[in-house]
Amino acid sequence: MSIRERLSGNEAAATAMKQINPDVVAAFPITPSTEIPQYFSTFVDNGQVDTEFVAVESEHSAMSACIGAEAAGSRAMTATSANGLSLMWEMIYIASSLRLPIVMSLVNRAVSGPLNIHNDHSDAMGVRDSGWIQLFSETNQEAYDNLIMAHRIAENKDVLLPLMVCQDGFITSHSIENIELIEDEKVKEFVGKYKPEHYLLNKKEPIAIGPLDVQAYLFEHKYQQAEAMRRAKQVILDVAKDFEKMTGRKYGLFEEYRLDDAEIAIVCMNSTAGTTKDVVDALREKGIKAGLLKIRVFRPFPAEEVAKALSHLKAVAVLDKADSLNGVGGALFEDVVSGMYLNKNTVPTVSYVYGIGGRDTTSKEIESVFNDLMEDRKKEKIENPYRYIGLRKE
Amino acid sequence: MAYNMKEIVAEKPSRFTSGHRMCAGCGAPPVARMILRALKPEDHAVISNATGCMEVSSFIYPYTSWTDSYIHTAFECAAATLSGAEAAYKSMKKQGKLPEDEHTKFIAFGGDGGTYDIGIQSLSGAMERGHDMTYVCYDNGAYMNTGIQRSSATPRFADTTTSPAGTVIPGKMQSRKDLTEIMEAHHLPYVAQTIAYMNFKDLYEKAEKAIYTEGPTFLNVLSPCPRGWGYPTDMLMEINKLAVETCYWPLYEIEDGKYKITYKPAKKLPIEEFLKPQKRFKHMFKPGNEWMIEEFQKEVDRRWEELLKLEEMSNKE
Repeated sequence: MSIRERLSGNEAAATAMKQINPDVVAAFPITPSTEIPQYFSTFVDNGQVDTEFVAVESEHSAMSACIGAEAAGSRAMTATSANGLSLMWEMIYIASSLRLPIVMSLVNRAVSGPLNIHNDHSDAMGVRDSGWIQLFSETNQEAYDNLIMAHRIAENKDVLLPLMVCQDGFITSHSIENIELIEDEKVKEFVGKYKPEHYLLNKKEPIAIGPLDVQAYLFEHKYQQAEAMRRAKQVILDVAKDFEKMTGRKYGLFEEYRLDDAEIAIVCMNSTAGTTKDVVDALREKGIKAGLLKIRVFRPFPAEEVAKALSHLKAVAVLDKADSLNGVGGALFEDVVSGMYLNKNTVPTVSYVYGIGGRDTTSKEIESVFNDLMEDRKKEKIENPYRYIGLRKE
Repeated sequence: MAYNMKEIVAEKPSRFTSGHRMCAGCGAPPVARMILRALKPEDHAVISNATGCMEVSSFIYPYTSWTDSYIHTAFECAAATLSGAEAAYKSMKKQGKLPEDEHTKFIAFGGDGGTYDIGIQSLSGAMERGHDMTYVCYDNGAYMNTGIQRSSATPRFADTTTSPAGTVIPGKMQSRKDLTEIMEAHHLPYVAQTIAYMNFKDLYEKAEKAIYTEGPTFLNVLSPCPRGWGYPTDMLMEINKLAVETCYWPLYEIEDGKYKITYKPAKKLPIEEFLKPQKRFKHMFKPGNEWMIEEFQKEVDRRWEELLKLEEMSNKE
């Protein structure tokens, strides 16, 4: 029997980590993910886990220590947000290039500057090309479930890539919601034992990791990472199937909400999907055929599948909770439209940047996006595809 | 057992093999070799190496000079990386995931760039956390890998590519940072300063103590660089000797706060002897620049006197 609980998103992440019982956790506090290492060090100090907790002096060292620990042959985990991830940036790329399946809980927050501790996705977007698998979570339940699935994906021999589970800072990390937890024993069995093929602590086979990789090799090594990322898509789906068998909870690359017969739809990630579902329901009652596509797997990006799922629509709005400052539109928007183009999907699509620095995004604002789409679908050419939600004009 | 280099070399094969691409006359490879010889033959080691000359010359894919397990991640985090590996070892040992009868020692190597400067935070953190590891700084007194730029370990007046001996500013204007003392301020169980001199005795014995003292330990090893210092490649051991005999690089150790100077020159040589063979100090010997040598000597004397006092004070009952 699963366990019914009421937990915040951070508690949910810490609980997942406790049940996973990694060998090493190295972390440094940063709002809004601070509670995760706090809860976790309590588990350590009360003997509830076997983990060595490394209370590092910075996030750069947190990721360095995770790399050292994972390379040594152990499971290593960490948690961070925003500038913490920025400080890790150098090591983020090294972790993935060394093919170390480290798992991170990323509680999304705006990257400075100016300083802002609230939620947007600029931290995750800053490492979207780093070779980490990125899973996004609408709710506490999803943050928990994604973490339980994380090691099975990351450690798969066809993958061997680090993975981050994202959730919205404060909005889910600090909100208490109902959650269904899996029994400890079941989690242990599902996650399984970590059995790396090569590791530093194997005296019988000493290895060297992290070479100077010159012109004759780096290209091929990067290609191997790219191949692993492409293969990850199927592994994510396979693990989700096993997870569904255990819990009854179904996960795919993305969630389609009333999308089948929709004419207009929003594409977004994390907690805003919840608001959007409410608005979709309300609009449906008025006879407007609105729908939602909520991205769960942002890296690897399911371009073909997304393009196909959106192909029957009359207009699409892609919501980005980070502005790419590239003069064109958000990162998710660009990925979605690239996928559509390659798959000959010509549905009019617009970019909305929203919620920057924790600006609330209300049902009314989401509704206004759908209203815009109702107009856009009639137009020959969309004049202003790069838009904002909730931005004060003065 | 009394130190015998011949026996050690005969009984303990080098764990840092030939074929690496370090320069002729570089001080670092003999240091790495001798430190690793201090390991018990039956013990496994995990080596963490900061980006730098040693790393880019010893592990060029797909070749490695390291016979133990080895990891390089980045410039500033050899200590943090190793601290993670050590934490994994502790955790896995505790859980019975590793063979009980096997022992792994943890050793980091970093140059002065990766240790005194960009890596000092990572080093300080790892030492304060008490990981059972030895950090070795091979100090060649500048960023040699990128082409001889000044570091906080560069001695005063040295001519480097970012502190050139110009017509207005005659080289680096600041004296070197004393990292050994900074590490001692962490109250580590063992901190030592050493060099490859006198048949490597000092280096070997301190390495053995550092590696086999439980907890975080630190070795600062002066490691001359023929390119950066400008001495003939066959003069490496002579330069090492002069660094010690002039008291530019005192050999000492600190065990639980107690200082011990492990070698006191019978007759302290004037600093010119150390400076003269090195091109980086050439401008100091031009007429009119005598004040530079005087000031250099004063700084060396001051620090040597301080060290003598520390030894005396810390050994008082």
